[in-house]
Amino acid sequence: MQSSDQESNHGDSRRDFLKKSSLITAIALTPSVAVKAAENQADERFAELFEKIPLNLTVNNKNYKSAVEPRVTLLDYLREELHLTGTKKGCDHGQCGACTVHVDGERVNSCLSLAVMNEGKKITTIEGLANGEELHPMQAAFIKHDGFQCGYCTPGQIMSAVACVNEGHTNSRAEISEYMSGNICRCGAYPNIVDAIVEVSKGGIKA
Amino acid sequence: MEKRVLKDANDRVDGIYKVTGKAKYFAEYELPGLTYGVLVTSTITKGKITSLDTKAAEKAPGVVSVISHLNKPSAPAYEQEGGSPFKIFYTDKIFFNGQPIAIVVANTFERATYAASLVKVTYAKEDFNTDFEKAVTDVKAKKLQGQPEYKRGVENAYKTAEVKIEAKYHLPIETHNPMELHGIIADWRPNNQVTVYAKTQGVKATQGTIANVFKIPIENIQVNSEFVGGGFGMALRTWPLEIATVMASKHIAKPVKLVITRMQMFTMVGNRPAAVQTIGLGANKDGTLTGITHRAFGETSAYENFTEGVVNMAKFMYQCDNVNTQYTVVPVDLGVPIWMRGPGEATGAFALESAIDEMAHALDMDPLEFRIKNDPEKDQQRNKPFSDKNIKEAYRVGAQKIGWNERKNKPGSLIDGQWKYGFGVSIGVFNANRGRASVKGILKADGTLVLQSATSDIGPGTGTGMTLIASKLLGIPGDKIKFELGDSSLPPAPSQGGSATLSTVGSAVNDVCVSLKSTIAELAANSNMDATSNFVDVLKKNNLPQIEVTKQSQAGKEREDYSMYSFSIHFVKVKVHSLTGVVKVDKIVSVGDSGSIVSPKTARSQMVGGAVGGVGMALHEESIIDHRYGRYINNNFADYHVPVNADIPEIEVHFINKPDPYINPMGAKGMGEIALIGFSAAVANAVFNATGKRIRTLPITPDKVLAG
Repeated sequence: MQSSDQESNHGDSRRDFLKKSSLITAIALTPSVAVKAAENQADERFAELFEKIPLNLTVNNKNYKSAVEPRVTLLDYLREELHLTGTKKGCDHGQCGACTVHVDGERVNSCLSLAVMNEGKKITTIEGLANGEELHPMQAAFIKHDGFQCGYCTPGQIMSAVACVNEGHTNSRAEISEYMSGNICRCGAYPNIVDAIVEVSKGGIKA
Repeated sequence: MEKRVLKDANDRVDGIYKVTGKAKYFAEYELPGLTYGVLVTSTITKGKITSLDTKAAEKAPGVVSVISHLNKPSAPAYEQEGGSPFKIFYTDKIFFNGQPIAIVVANTFERATYAASLVKVTYAKEDFNTDFEKAVTDVKAKKLQGQPEYKRGVENAYKTAEVKIEAKYHLPIETHNPMELHGIIADWRPNNQVTVYAKTQGVKATQGTIANVFKIPIENIQVNSEFVGGGFGMALRTWPLEIATVMASKHIAKPVKLVITRMQMFTMVGNRPAAVQTIGLGANKDGTLTGITHRAFGETSAYENFTEGVVNMAKFMYQCDNVNTQYTVVPVDLGVPIWMRGPGEATGAFALESAIDEMAHALDMDPLEFRIKNDPEKDQQRNKPFSDKNIKEAYRVGAQKIGWNERKNKPGSLIDGQWKYGFGVSIGVFNANRGRASVKGILKADGTLVLQSATSDIGPGTGTGMTLIASKLLGIPGDKIKFELGDSSLPPAPSQGGSATLSTVGSAVNDVCVSLKSTIAELAANSNMDATSNFVDVLKKNNLPQIEVTKQSQAGKEREDYSMYSFSIHFVKVKVHSLTGVVKVDKIVSVGDSGSIVSPKTARSQMVGGAVGGVGMALHEESIIDHRYGRYINNNFADYHVPVNADIPEIEVHFINKPDPYINPMGAKGMGEIALIGFSAAVANAVFNATGKRIRTLPITPDKVLAG
């Protein structure tokens, strides 16, 4: 993001930069060939090469090796690159909780985390919660207590709810509500969500 | 059919997809060569674009194209200058701040976002006004006339009544803010074949709009919208940003995905319009209402008109011989509003139901007793009997559940430490609609039933309701039934709005099932089988892999004979902190009087959700504008407050659950709107009961409680 901003300040596009760059000689291209390459958008491919950062992370017990632009959020990486679209975008500002995932076991708003900040980390998304065909107890409890309507905030709610139980914040309905207040549900399923968490925290539901 | 086990027949049929992340919303479809669109929006409120420089944006990495009024592709319906609706990219005029003026398309979302920041725009500014309250004052000065006035009996009879009240109520702009961001994926292919993945409450409506704008045959357009992440009314029209994306796809001959930002959700996809209302009520000393006057001003935009039923309820909800109403819309330089859950009725009910409470207080009567005394026997507006109305029973049930007997008629009587407690009640009412829909049923020899209709599910549980109707009629378990929706190629159905889906589409499901049942009975008889034979055996015996039927269903003459409404009674107990002015809703009891309950679990959730929305409307929600610049200043979830989990107490829901004998074969009426209509008044009435302070301007924030 930073370098892009600077570019615009200088009024130079990246293509112009590449046309002038001494890097071009370093990769043994004559200037005229370089200009032609720029016109053919080969410069795009060079740009990608220099702008992307290698990334290694584990999502739902599967290792992914790739290269991403540093400005890509974990949320957009999951949704647009890995096509794990269970994690939702609701605000992109860490205000709604729809993008909640677990990073090394802790709940995190994936829209507030750049993908590259998660190098080497273990991510769990809603797609990785069930054990094969067997639902996680929280997923089963959400169905039983109808803890959703449209379903859009649901993956985030469930990831948050699992963390809420693991954190031990389930001593009362009020405590659950407090610790679930980072996840907005516009359909208004809150009491049902609390019912689901109460049941799971008491170990009362088996998937 | 996918594996889908319902542990409880009343569980949501698509719940398994929603809890596993497998439910696919519009933005989640993978298309080969997909590109990403990002909007450039106006930074002035009114005027004209004088230049739009896209050179830098076009040179930025990954950018495919920038489309604006300078280079838009042909949209024949937009060729003619002027008129309504707003014609995106076919004008250089600016009507509101944040108006989309260009779409930048690139090969990644990040690149499109960056490139959009490089578009340079200059404007010729004009004077504007975004202040609705100011506009109302100006309109009054000019004495503009509104819609024709409704009148029965003597006009303004309240003025000469034994006891009268007159009060003015203010509602701010509310923004729908479903959790899913709005947008669309558009894929315009050669030969003018268009596929879109939309966030819409009506796939047929979206299909029709695109066909109309681009003047291409309707059958060329395929609209997919299986899962919709909430709408609350904002997805009832195809917004300019959607047309812009279709234009972009047409222009570059590639699929384009646009997902707008949360900030943009405030400006370009509608809102509940602000309103200023005056209510006058007159009554005899014994509590008989003798006059109701309801006058309302509602917000609209300067470039498109928007109206809704703000003053409807005053015309029939109470027994009263003298009623007059007036509704006038007043334009401001903001994006055009759209129906938001409970639409105009929710706006009107805040005023009317607050005023009813004010009158009860003026009479020194229990508001419940006052309401019951003035409960109408018939609809005086239409001079017809109600098809089904059990309000008195609903009042009784709710009063008992909330503990109304603890309530003191004298405000400020219930105090516990620094908290003051109060009780409030209100009524909600909405037309029990029934439209026309078609459903196709395919009954298969493998024991399954597939039902298809181009309806939607924005959250209430359309598929679940339809499955339960079919399951009951045909005796097939729910997990053997699949209800397909959100696909414009299916038999036509209206948009999901006005609480009409269950009544409208459910009736067609009913007719399909009745027809399938009789076909099976005939086949059984023809093949000498017992009339009660299982349909699988009957189909097999007749060597039929499946039978199909399509039925169109609509209301008949009964709607001319009866006045049909759904009702809700909301009881609220609040506590108000005497030092900070904070209002906490302590307990909620909502009673639905909406005919038979077809799907008990989802129906309850809908009532709960309406109450939560009502808490937001009453205590939290207000879209605030800096009128110097015409911009929203709280256009995000940190500053625009919606209820969070900790704001919501225990909610009890009760249903009268008696079939309406006239509405439809199920006897079921819609509930989406009544779940919210009137709720905000119950909170305001409870705050008055707790504190003696009458707050007539929503939301009821601590500053108003302390100042009140």
